[in-house]
Amino acid sequence: MIEIRINGEVRQIDVDPATPLLWVLRENLGLTGTKYGCGIAQCGACTVHLNGAAIRSCITPVSAVLGADVTTIEGVGLNGERHPVQQAWIEEQVPQCGYCQSGQVMSAVALLAANPSPDDAAIDAAMSGNLCRCGMYGRIRRAIKRVSQPVAEPISEPAAVSIYEPSIAGLKEVKHV
Amino acid sequence: MSDSKAGKWTRRGFITAGVVAGGALAVGVAVRPGRRAGDLAQHVAAEAETLVNTWVKIGTDNVVTAIVPHSEMGQGAQTALAQMLADELDADWNLVQFLEAPAEDAYANYAVGRGFILGDTFYPEWLEPTVEGAFLQVTKALHLQITGGSASVRATGLHGMRVAGAAAREMLVRAAADAWQVPASEIVTKDSTLIHQSSGRSAPYAEFAAAAAEFVPPSLPKLKTYDQFRIMGKHVPRIDIPGKVDGSTKFGIDVSLPDMKYAALIAAPVLGAKLKSVDTAAAEAMPGVFKVVKLDDAVAVVADGWWQAKQATAQLQPRWSATPADESSSETIFAAFENDLDRAVKNGDEEDDRRIGDARGALGSARRVIEATYRVPYLAHACMEPMNATVSLKGGECEVWLGSQNPLGTKHAVADALGIDAAQVKVNNHPMGGGFGRRATDDVPVQAALIAQASGVPVKLIWSREEDMTHDHYRPAVVSKFKAGFDDGDNVIAWENQFNDKHEPKEAPWIPYAVPNQFVHFVESATHVRFGPWRSVDHSQHGFFTEGFFDEVAFAAHKDPYALRRELLEDRPRHRAVLDLAAEKARWNQERPEGSGRGIALQESFGSIVATVADVTVTEGKVKINRVVCAVDCGFAVAPDGLAAQMESGILYGLTAALYGEISIHKGAVVQTNFHDYPMVRMDESPPIEVHIINSGAVMGGGGEPGTPGIAPALANAIFDATGYRVRELPVSKHDFNFRIEETEEPKRAPITLPEMGA
Repeated sequence: MIEIRINGEVRQIDVDPATPLLWVLRENLGLTGTKYGCGIAQCGACTVHLNGAAIRSCITPVSAVLGADVTTIEGVGLNGERHPVQQAWIEEQVPQCGYCQSGQVMSAVALLAANPSPDDAAIDAAMSGNLCRCGMYGRIRRAIKRVSQPVAEPISEPAAVSIYEPSIAGLKEVKHV
Repeated sequence: MSDSKAGKWTRRGFITAGVVAGGALAVGVAVRPGRRAGDLAQHVAAEAETLVNTWVKIGTDNVVTAIVPHSEMGQGAQTALAQMLADELDADWNLVQFLEAPAEDAYANYAVGRGFILGDTFYPEWLEPTVEGAFLQVTKALHLQITGGSASVRATGLHGMRVAGAAAREMLVRAAADAWQVPASEIVTKDSTLIHQSSGRSAPYAEFAAAAAEFVPPSLPKLKTYDQFRIMGKHVPRIDIPGKVDGSTKFGIDVSLPDMKYAALIAAPVLGAKLKSVDTAAAEAMPGVFKVVKLDDAVAVVADGWWQAKQATAQLQPRWSATPADESSSETIFAAFENDLDRAVKNGDEEDDRRIGDARGALGSARRVIEATYRVPYLAHACMEPMNATVSLKGGECEVWLGSQNPLGTKHAVADALGIDAAQVKVNNHPMGGGFGRRATDDVPVQAALIAQASGVPVKLIWSREEDMTHDHYRPAVVSKFKAGFDDGDNVIAWENQFNDKHEPKEAPWIPYAVPNQFVHFVESATHVRFGPWRSVDHSQHGFFTEGFFDEVAFAAHKDPYALRRELLEDRPRHRAVLDLAAEKARWNQERPEGSGRGIALQESFGSIVATVADVTVTEGKVKINRVVCAVDCGFAVAPDGLAAQMESGILYGLTAALYGEISIHKGAVVQTNFHDYPMVRMDESPPIEVHIINSGAVMGGGGEPGTPGIAPALANAIFDATGYRVRELPVSKHDFNFRIEETEEPKRAPITLPEMGA
């Protein structure tokens, strides 16, 4: 029996200590929010927190987290409420297929905990380990800036969607979404 | 049953209605759209039968419930479709809900059809009267439900959701008119309320729901015009997003069954090879291993956990049969392609694709001819969610859980593989962690069914990323050859294009420009590499080819590439407006710093027209994409932010392919295995993308795919503008940009005056 602490709760599992944390979370503990993407720490879909730092659970043997605090996407919210990062993800309408987003959120939460006002370079450094096949990087960047403190820094990429309606006179800009 | 009412098949579809428990009104529409992918058509009982089914319920609590039949892979279609229904119904958006079907009825049209056929009850109870009544005649054909072809909004939405909403509204109005003894024409509807202004009467929809169900549904309900839209065209938060930020959305890979075991497999490295023999003893001795299952072309290990199964596959040393492709490589495949192309021309047996005028004649008499050969490699889809399927077999019944773009195809393929009737297979569809065309094929659920059958326990099969990368249905590699001829005035008078293989859509290789003589032809070039639809299908290759070569035409004609496109689009005002808007927003004429350039591309696909401008800088051998500007006319953007998200996504998907995408073949097998050797654009390389939407009012086009084709040519054209170096082969990463820019041919792009918008 192995004892690990997940989302503040002590869990006992009967598993080979070499098993990657990812599969323990998903198969032994039913925490399927953490995703398998590549198995070799290339995509970040399996990102969880180990004592608050983002790690790739697909290459982390469960034996390496004994005595540590593991937080998954299921436990990142605060007192049953969404974490501000999760809320920002909704406000910016970040996810498409959504499969990578647990890992994206976990990387972003860890980034903001360490650096409450990251600039673009800091965002690039912290988030480039997380692939998004739907290509929602621009929205992820905006969502992170929405949460960063202070919010004063101008957001580099506005949601640049304009709608034009043709009329006899030609195209005219009618609104920004 | 007796209280269900049905219209008849009309141009718009088959509309039925009924009163259901508690006096709610249910309206269903079954529609039959035009053509569909040929290999999927077999699943429909007869050509032109039902494809899409839509339901709406107006409950006694005034809540409108929409059932959306398309599966969600992140394209936001379900939200857009609900907007379409609610708008025609004049529903209060705050009172619109989705039937959050439990996993076993995730996709209602499929469940309804199967429910009827089997006589079981896993369609929602409130549908029962209409299901067992009017839909008796049509459910048999209700099998097919595909998500692909950017079709959700333009087919299901237009022909299904809007019609259902409009029909329900008309019936409610008639019921109120009868009760109030006023002309129906005097009743207006707003926010789920019926209002008769002169008498001061009003009532919520719910009050007349039961009475409305007594009417025969209108066969051709009047649809709104664009200026009457209230919910369509507005930003509405997508319904599927909250579950995707807290990990609660259940993808196919997240399914869990009691007593379930996990399977990993290794398949024959060379496609077409069969399993000859394998020693299973070492794998069977591994901890947690339950069974080793031999398949025709793969070996699977079933174990208590997936990690154990995966570890045990490493102990297998299977021997595979030899195939004629064992020595093939990317080099031999491309050489065969070129050979096929040349031979067809030599033998005069080109397959005609498009002929306008006499291109060969015009090339013969042209003052000047330019030629170029383009090519693109195979590409994998690389969905973030590795391929998987979970299968349980009990008492002759088979149940499948997965995320599929084609759940009905899965049902039939699994039934065929198991040798049972399709009616004994139930498919539970889940949100997909990426589809892009990969999840329209059925190889994985078939394997899972065979493994479950051989194991005697429910099995979740997960392909490793390595299996996913090496056993995809790849975007085909293609070689495309061009010739263009010019007259004395540098006018392009001839366009000839020849390429390998033709799939869908048929218009993908055709250019919109008014070149008077055009000849497009192709040859069949079979390879052992299996292929499948890849986001935007043939447009993804031909968009790069034709728009890249058209840029060469402009350069040869000493014209600005934007200006020449514009000049040759005189008869296509929508194309021209899209091109103009992209050029204006990208500040096309603004001076480019040293080493920087802009490239433009235009592509119509799936009913939508997209212009893409890429702005790049090439320094120290590296290409940096500074900005991408895109203009799109899809007729009308039902969900503007959703459309913008799709364009952003399509552009990034195409950009990854253009910069890095390459599946190569060595000794018959795929070389790339994971994201380390099949790299993708990441956050640090992701350019800002601007999307500008034109609501032209034309027939609605699709949104999921049209963003993809334009970025590769826009990028290649921008690199040329920056350096004078022409990228004719993808990916860009294969090219060496460590040349001195001044050594290359000086690009000639004369500044032009931007036209007045809409001129």
